[in-house]
Amino acid sequence: MSAQVMLEATGVEVGFPVGSSLGARLRHQQHVLHAVDGVDLTVRKGEALALVGESGSGKSTLARAIAGIQRTSRGQITLDGRVLPARRPSAERRKIQMVFQDPYSSLNPRLTVGGILRELLRAHHVVPRGEVDSHARQLLRMVGLDEDAMHALPRQFSGGQRQRVAIARAIALRPELLVADEPVSALDVSVQATILNLLQELRGELGLTLLFISHNLAVVRHLCDRVAVMYMGRIIEVAPTEELFRDPRHPYTAGLLAAIPRMTARDEGEAPAVRGDPPSPLRLPTGCRFRSRCPMAQPVCAERDPQLAPPGPGSEHSAACHFAWAAQAANAAETG
Amino acid sequence: MSGPASGRAQLEVSDLRVQIAGRHGVVHPVDGVSLEIAPGEATGLVGESGSGKSMTLRSILGLLPPEATVTSGKVVFDDTDLTRLPRSRLNKVRGAKIAMIFQEPMSALNPVMRVGNQIAEGPLIHLGMSRAQAARRAIELMQRVGIPDPERRFRAFPHEFSGGMRQRVMIAMALSCDPELILCDEPTTALDVTIQDQILRLLARLCRESGTSLMFVTHDLPVVAQVCHQVAVMYAGRIVERGTVSQVFSRPLHPYTLGLLRSAPDVDRPGQSLVPIGGSPPSLASPPAGCRFHPRCKFAEEDCKVSDPPLRLLDASRATACLHYERCLDEIGADT
Amino acid sequence: MSTLSVAPAATPVRSRRGRWYRQPTLMAGLALLAVIAGMCFAAPLLTSFNPDTQNLQEPLASIGQYGHLLGTDQEGRDTWARLLFGGQVDLRVALLAVIFPFIIGTILGSLAGYFGSWVDAVIMRVIDIVVAFPFFVLVIALVFVLGSGEKSIYIAITAVGWVSYARITRGEITVAKRQEYVLAAQSGGLSSPRIIGRHLLPNVITQSIVYAMSDIVQNIVAIVTLSYLGLGIQPPTPDWGTMIANGQNFLTTQWQLTTIPGLAVVITGLALSLTGDGLADLLRPGSS
Repeated sequence: MSAQVMLEATGVEVGFPVGSSLGARLRHQQHVLHAVDGVDLTVRKGEALALVGESGSGKSTLARAIAGIQRTSRGQITLDGRVLPARRPSAERRKIQMVFQDPYSSLNPRLTVGGILRELLRAHHVVPRGEVDSHARQLLRMVGLDEDAMHALPRQFSGGQRQRVAIARAIALRPELLVADEPVSALDVSVQATILNLLQELRGELGLTLLFISHNLAVVRHLCDRVAVMYMGRIIEVAPTEELFRDPRHPYTAGLLAAIPRMTARDEGEAPAVRGDPPSPLRLPTGCRFRSRCPMAQPVCAERDPQLAPPGPGSEHSAACHFAWAAQAANAAETG
Repeated sequence: MSGPASGRAQLEVSDLRVQIAGRHGVVHPVDGVSLEIAPGEATGLVGESGSGKSMTLRSILGLLPPEATVTSGKVVFDDTDLTRLPRSRLNKVRGAKIAMIFQEPMSALNPVMRVGNQIAEGPLIHLGMSRAQAARRAIELMQRVGIPDPERRFRAFPHEFSGGMRQRVMIAMALSCDPELILCDEPTTALDVTIQDQILRLLARLCRESGTSLMFVTHDLPVVAQVCHQVAVMYAGRIVERGTVSQVFSRPLHPYTLGLLRSAPDVDRPGQSLVPIGGSPPSLASPPAGCRFHPRCKFAEEDCKVSDPPLRLLDASRATACLHYERCLDEIGADT
Repeated sequence: MSTLSVAPAATPVRSRRGRWYRQPTLMAGLALLAVIAGMCFAAPLLTSFNPDTQNLQEPLASIGQYGHLLGTDQEGRDTWARLLFGGQVDLRVALLAVIFPFIIGTILGSLAGYFGSWVDAVIMRVIDIVVAFPFFVLVIALVFVLGSGEKSIYIAITAVGWVSYARITRGEITVAKRQEYVLAAQSGGLSSPRIIGRHLLPNVITQSIVYAMSDIVQNIVAIVTLSYLGLGIQPPTPDWGTMIANGQNFLTTQWQLTTIPGLAVVITGLALSLTGDGLADLLRPGSS
């Protein structure tokens, strides 16, 4: 896996206006919801990068912005060195494709599977006209579906099968980057494994780069090389997977890891990993946005908003906490 | 975790069968389920979608949809068969002796009724408290479940609460009449990991403190490990394995349980490859002959195709419905 | 190549959708429509009288008198013949008068719903203006200005009627465009016309079609009303509205002159309603 940069997001912000500005002012709230609030992210060629967070973290919005189906309010996204314009031309769109979470709404119910694939293949002239059908069949084989599927409608398939069709659609245009937004969350446990294995295989066979959005850290640890953790619209930690799990440097990451239910029972009487509820995104605390739930919050946390930073140049691990690199190995001992 | 307090079962489900008459014929989503819950014990009921776990739970309190009926079997609680009780008497049990917590707090709470009043309703009706007494009790309960500022929040409406807080409200409602048993239908599935952690710990603590029994339905195996002492695994309307959590999860005695364990990524064992369970769940309208799992089972032998094995007790707490359960032991041996 | 278990071949689900002929409401409606339309368009076979021929020897004949099945009107024209030939006119005009608003309304509604922003704002303002006037007031005013006759009816109804289709389509598309399969089509680089035409419309058009059924009924009433007021179909062409208007003076003696055409309107309306309901049930996606 080379360290070559494929996609770079700089200063990306995505805001949604909420209600009226007057109403917001009366309630002492923001009137724009910053779902993504200043994100810098690098995706390297060939890697599987996980984007992890809970609801309200902005991970799905960021994923859609990268995939080009959500307009950004600020910032830019470059692919292979070229800045992507707000309205992407067809040729650029091909390179980044997306798989969605809900297998029941991500396929047009009125088109057959074959129709869905053929349409894309023809629109982009992926293969010569005569070969469109056979190529579509080949795509289905690659995702483990029978050729008969060509003539079937989506509603004739199970959730897992539909996700396979969605994956076939996503790879039909031979993209460089596959953005998968919680692709297995809506599936049964035994089916999840099939789809995860499929993604793993396709990565190897097609040399795909994968941006994998999930809230399930077990899946992430299994599948991905690097992890970026998001909280309230910002990336608060990035590290290679094993290092993140072994030695999390942001208190939220540590809490998230401790909160994962394990197969062996916990000790009784331990305090919850992360206490309280997330703040309203329209009323963020000053300084660090995690400080209202942080076990080690200090006065400086209310004054200055920590930036995502590594301990030193050349390090693969960054965290956005004033005490990330001063924190003791206590963090590591708890979660390892 | 501490085990059951005494030998006498608090709830005993015997050979429960539920039928739904649909346009494709008669279907048995619950097809001969037997289990026991001892006082003070937390039992998990796990399965994937279509296993019948939710329907089993609902039939205990008679909360089945109109097209579903209990055709045979008993649910014995406090020496009475709940399936035979007339509605008026069943209502005295519901809420008072047996309470239920649902998956989606927003739809399980009345959106136009103040939260405090909803919690107070149970004591008002079942315990005959005055309004003032019931309100005081509601505030106590809100405190117990960790809702901050309960006197003020009493008058709030559900939509003013976050998902985790609403779930706490539901738990407070469930506890309001000091029930002996609480039924939980996927109570944390819709919650974020960190909030799930809080709620699971809360449930475990409350049950320890008050000696209430729990029946916890979920598809998420690690969640069961966090809260329950006992677990029963369901497949195609039947229980296929039963035992303590540590027994079933570390030494499963049914190929389906083994398959489930191997197909889900374990956050503590990242290198393990995922082995999906082949095939797909059987149609409940025409289940396979013999053992219902045999078409997907890699240990299936000739007798599995012919005879439908019942759940057999191996010792006091362990039971399995597999004729060749020793094969599972061999597999585990090979793994570790 | 793959170690995956290949998924079982998809088993086609037997759904209600394919069996349109099993829908009782739809079949009843279509059958009734077929009978009505059949009778009207087979008029020459069902009556030997000419609807326009006046016969001042036999004015206001009673039922069965002089061989007139339903009697005659004050100018001696056979009522039965007028009923059948009038039905041809009314059905044809009502159907055609639905097609133009349907097409225009659907297109404008799609554009408004899909593109939003100024396109939507402009179209919505125009809709607001049209909707501010009661339907009949506007139609009658337009026909008055354009002069009576069939062509004016088409123009007037189209100018006013497209609004409903536009709103329905706009509403449906505003919601449907957030569906993930639309996002997938967008990220697949498909053009907007293609996405609207191939992905969105087939999924949202059913509402408009069902509405069109009741719109035909409304058009029949509109045409009948216009003719009743003397603004619609001009004499001597027969039509149910004119018949109702002309016959009302003779309600006490020859009640059939007004009542029978009125009944025809009601029954046709019923047939169209049933068809619309049946279609709605049939086209509702995916329920099996």
